[in-house]
Amino acid sequence: MNATTLSFELNGSATMPGGRLLGAYFAEAKYEFIRALRTPAFAIPFLLLPIALYVLFGILLAGSMSHGDPTFAKIMFVNWSVFGVMGPGMFGFGMIVAQERDHGLLSLKRALPMPPAAYFLAKMFMTMTFAAIIMVTLIVPALTLGHVRLSLGQILAVSLLDILGSLPFCAVGFFIGTRASSKSAAAFINLAYLPMMHLGGLFYPLPKSVQPIEFLSPAFYLDKLGLWVAGVPNLDQLPSGAAGPSSHGSPLLCAGVLVGVTLLFGMLAIRRLAGTASQKLAPTSERSVSLALQA
Amino acid sequence: MNDEYLAELSGVSKRFGKVLALDGLNLDVRRGELLAVLGPNGAGKTTAISLMLGLQQPDAGTVSLFRLPPQRLEARRQVGVMMQEVTLAEDLRVREHIDLVGHYYPKPFTPKEVLEMTHMTPLADHPYGKLSAGQKRQAQFAVAVCGRPKLLFLDEPTVGMDVQARGLMWETLRNLVTRGSSIVLTTHYLEEAQALADRVVVLAKGRLIASGTVSEMRALVSRKRITCSTTLTFEEIATWPGVESVARDRNLLHITVADAEEVARRLLIADPKLRELEVHRAGLAEAFTELTQETTQEATS
Repeated sequence: MNATTLSFELNGSATMPGGRLLGAYFAEAKYEFIRALRTPAFAIPFLLLPIALYVLFGILLAGSMSHGDPTFAKIMFVNWSVFGVMGPGMFGFGMIVAQERDHGLLSLKRALPMPPAAYFLAKMFMTMTFAAIIMVTLIVPALTLGHVRLSLGQILAVSLLDILGSLPFCAVGFFIGTRASSKSAAAFINLAYLPMMHLGGLFYPLPKSVQPIEFLSPAFYLDKLGLWVAGVPNLDQLPSGAAGPSSHGSPLLCAGVLVGVTLLFGMLAIRRLAGTASQKLAPTSERSVSLALQA
Repeated sequence: MNDEYLAELSGVSKRFGKVLALDGLNLDVRRGELLAVLGPNGAGKTTAISLMLGLQQPDAGTVSLFRLPPQRLEARRQVGVMMQEVTLAEDLRVREHIDLVGHYYPKPFTPKEVLEMTHMTPLADHPYGKLSAGQKRQAQFAVAVCGRPKLLFLDEPTVGMDVQARGLMWETLRNLVTRGSSIVLTTHYLEEAQALADRVVVLAKGRLIASGTVSEMRALVSRKRITCSTTLTFEEIATWPGVESVARDRNLLHITVADAEEVARRLLIADPKLRELEVHRAGLAEAFTELTQETTQEATS
């Protein structure tokens, strides 16, 4: 027998004015951001680590090796920017979704009249806000200590690209968060995050024999786009030792891959959530009626 | 469909793998009532509620919430929910949780009103993660009522609460019903159902086995309970015909019987010093036990 779907006229008493509906999205985003800020284990590493590592490795160490080469400085800035925005996307989505699934909060939100898109948009907003803060923290040392020479337009373009570029990593993190438990999510995210970072050629050029592996990492495509926006010439023309993709390829293709990754993993995650939310409520979770309490 | 029914399951079946959680269940929630849903482990209570909330789809049958499919936001905007085993975001404060969920509704109570109504004002600025287990349930209750719901689903709401907090919640629930809200309550504290419910339904093995007021439910079963202080031994009384069980509570014996008059007569004859003799009709607990035992026996015979 098939389930029957009922269809009735809306009684009109439960409609939300547009302004209030927008308020629901805004409130969800606001409190998502507040939560992230109040979680030191999340906020401190993702806000401080990129700037600390960029200054140490991207400016002090790499600068001394390249003898102030301006192209090299740009490459370092772009590479570390990509590193900076990857973390909040993957961990912010993955860990929090896994935790909210395990803790029943996702089921509660589905039962409450939260606009469904608010859940994802709030987390995306939180991630992109973190990405924006990280970009600011990287731009300041880049321009002062790192001798990075970029026009204001280029700085804004790279920043905007990296802020939007955090979305594919959100989608991958989201996908992992819908599959892993809250206890195992961090391990699974690291399993994706670390290879994505290292095999994307962000920190050192891969040997030619394994370079095709770069194509598997979204970080590779975001980095390529960033270098293109920053006006870095084709890296094949650079001296050996420069970390980064071997060539820019087509920016359109890179953007297409990033959009594709976002859509693919986002849809897989949403599908997974739709399929598993109900299983969390299987009858095994019901409490027994205690005979002791009957006395 | 009856306009008085705010939520309705009609002939609903739901299976999880080999387990048939609901078996052609018919269940309705009526305007202005506090409905207690009782049932042993695996009876289908949580499944029934999750279907009414649109968290699951039935394999067969129909589900409606305010005459709409429950997945529709317009239906759920008239509903408040307190679920079992939920942890709200630990870093947000109680007031912030209320404010956030209030934004999902067209005309919510203000956070101040909710805090007063649920006696949570002193804890308003405490992070949820710092609350005790009972206080967390109170905070979840505040979140459930903040949208000014016409229908409130409460799944084991008072678990972990101390006696005072439970009493305050009962008072709030009675106030909400007086102001026109309907409430669906699942609980394993049978005295809670007895104290609050206008109507009780008992589920067993995914089917509705009884429905009615608390008095009607008690009248459904023939058992009575005799309480007395006697010099007769526990073991001796347990062997008498018509005695189903005997329990000792300090100096008193509680004897569950099918024929109270016959056993009382025998007690008075056997023990001339018998004192504090009382005969009660079955409480909801006894009614519940008998009803669910009958269903289990039918299923296994």
